[in-house]
Amino acid sequence: MPYSADLDVRVTDSCLRDGSHAIRHQFDEQQVRSIVRALDDAGVPVIEVTHGDGLGGSSFNYGFSAVDERVLIKAAAETARAIKIACLILPGVGTVDDIKAARDLGVSIIRVATHATEADISRQHFGIARDLGLETVGFLMMAHSSPPEQLAVQAQIMAEAGCQCVYVVDSAGALILEQVSDRVLALRAALPPEVQVGFHGHQNLSLGVANTILAIRAGALQVDGCTRAFGAGAGNTPTEVLAAVCEHLGIKTGIDVFALADAAEDVVRPAMESEPVIDRMSLIMGYAGVYSSFLRHAERAARRYGVSGAELLVRAGQRKLVGGQEDMLIGIALELAAEQAGEQPLTAEVSAADAG
Amino acid sequence: MLNAAIVGSGNIATDLLFKLRRSERIEPRWMVGIDPDSDGLRRAAQLGVQTSAEGVGWLLRQDPLPDIVFEATSAKAHIANAPLFAEHNITAVDLTPAAVGPYVVPPVNLTEHIGKPNLNLVTCGGQATIPMVYAVSRVTEVPYAEIVASVSSAAAGPGTRANIDEFTRTTAGAVAKLGGAGQGKAIIILNPAKPSVIMRDSIFVAVPRDVDQQAVVDSVRAMEAEVQEYVPGFQLTADPQFDDGRVAIFLQVEGAGDYLPPYAGNLDIMTAAAAKVGEEIARSLLATAS
Repeated sequence: MPYSADLDVRVTDSCLRDGSHAIRHQFDEQQVRSIVRALDDAGVPVIEVTHGDGLGGSSFNYGFSAVDERVLIKAAAETARAIKIACLILPGVGTVDDIKAARDLGVSIIRVATHATEADISRQHFGIARDLGLETVGFLMMAHSSPPEQLAVQAQIMAEAGCQCVYVVDSAGALILEQVSDRVLALRAALPPEVQVGFHGHQNLSLGVANTILAIRAGALQVDGCTRAFGAGAGNTPTEVLAAVCEHLGIKTGIDVFALADAAEDVVRPAMESEPVIDRMSLIMGYAGVYSSFLRHAERAARRYGVSGAELLVRAGQRKLVGGQEDMLIGIALELAAEQAGEQPLTAEVSAADAG
Repeated sequence: MLNAAIVGSGNIATDLLFKLRRSERIEPRWMVGIDPDSDGLRRAAQLGVQTSAEGVGWLLRQDPLPDIVFEATSAKAHIANAPLFAEHNITAVDLTPAAVGPYVVPPVNLTEHIGKPNLNLVTCGGQATIPMVYAVSRVTEVPYAEIVASVSSAAAGPGTRANIDEFTRTTAGAVAKLGGAGQGKAIIILNPAKPSVIMRDSIFVAVPRDVDQQAVVDSVRAMEAEVQEYVPGFQLTADPQFDDGRVAIFLQVEGAGDYLPPYAGNLDIMTAAAAKVGEEIARSLLATAS
């Protein structure tokens, strides 16, 4: 069953939210306007605009926004013609007041994200979003850390609360092929037919597009990408590449591949500080199951305390840190620095073999 | 001795009962709940406490009436019960987020509100972090403070989960009001890792770039010792870290393991604060009586 008469699957581009991590939340209004316009013109149906850590994320812990996200959201909504504007919120970080404000600024989709095992903290937010007439999406983050059956139970909690599409969110870029389709199938089987399933992928293990295709084949009707892979960590499923692959596979996304390839090169790339790459740090994140937005924070803490960023990330994986625990990275860096000062051998302890 | 009642029979109520039984000024005589099968009521009865599953209605028919009640139910229940306690001249210590009475965080403003009919304990995150915000703001100007509370999923009850916004709003408000910050922000993260993780809190406080760092460190360390007097498992995990116009304070709260497991430091610090506030009220009331 396709997403609609025109689309087999609906793509949401998250570069103005997930990409916010990659540039330490420094988006300005002009960048938002030009990216929204370019993606709108290329036929991308939805674009997400929010601080990287969702509404209310501007903070010491996650980084302060250069420009208030509400100004950016308003700019996006004003610029949009056909493209819909989505916002992300993490209960515990943002509140329902932020959802109401987003609605008033012209947002039509609210995406509520919780850790894969904590869906019940989203009930209030789905309820209010639906009451406000917003379309709702649920994000089960760090989906690699929960087996399919358990993830499906959490998806049911979101659906009961008013979520219309539950996403399997591979926040760490750690899921591998069938691990994606098994999770999508489990959610599909557990959810009522009117509740859709989605997938959000990262590139840490170089599987963003492949994983997304497997998700679509398993029944996902909504998927995420980021144009030019402009997202946290190793970057996200590149939307223009996904659109090209879908076109060749006969999967209708409504996206003009050439127009989006131009937008990626001419509009999105100039807003980026660097191309996301699968370097040592981001490979380890996918390998050890570490939340993608930890990358910049880990780099900074490693520099500040003169410790190895890779070791820091491995330890974050071993500690089973969840999304939002950026503050713990400083503590781990301090520990590593103390161990270094005590000249204790570290290599054996941080062998990635036992990393979660 | 003051006669005390605990309203509620869940984890927090039961842990508080264990703590109050050690008091020399407070005798926990009653525990009331609404679930006759609750483990809390059964435990309390075994310890010789009078129990009932008929709630506050039953409690208010007792003779004598309690001098003090500790309410560990829900904000909604406390809003309904608070006027009844006031009507009967019973001092209420409120562990719910109802905030009928003023916020109290013991090392910050314990004595200020003694004598008031109703005192509120903010939130677990507030009890753990506001002393630190206050420790900074008493030595320098603090335009903004932010706290991040990381709690084990196993220690976050259904009440917290159903209304997590209440936690963020109430804590943020109290970080500003009691902590002495111009603006406050609060973030809560639940972590399901097994074995369950001990409560951790990070406190980020904006300070002037030329702040007297030693004065801040001394104030923070003195505050740590003050909190440890009633929460032994409260401790900084590192020295305060100064960076670019902010100081970051990292701490953990290991519970005393009275009824709740030690990782549930978030719940322990609430019951420890409640016991401490109760103790102070008792000291004041007993002094007046004698």
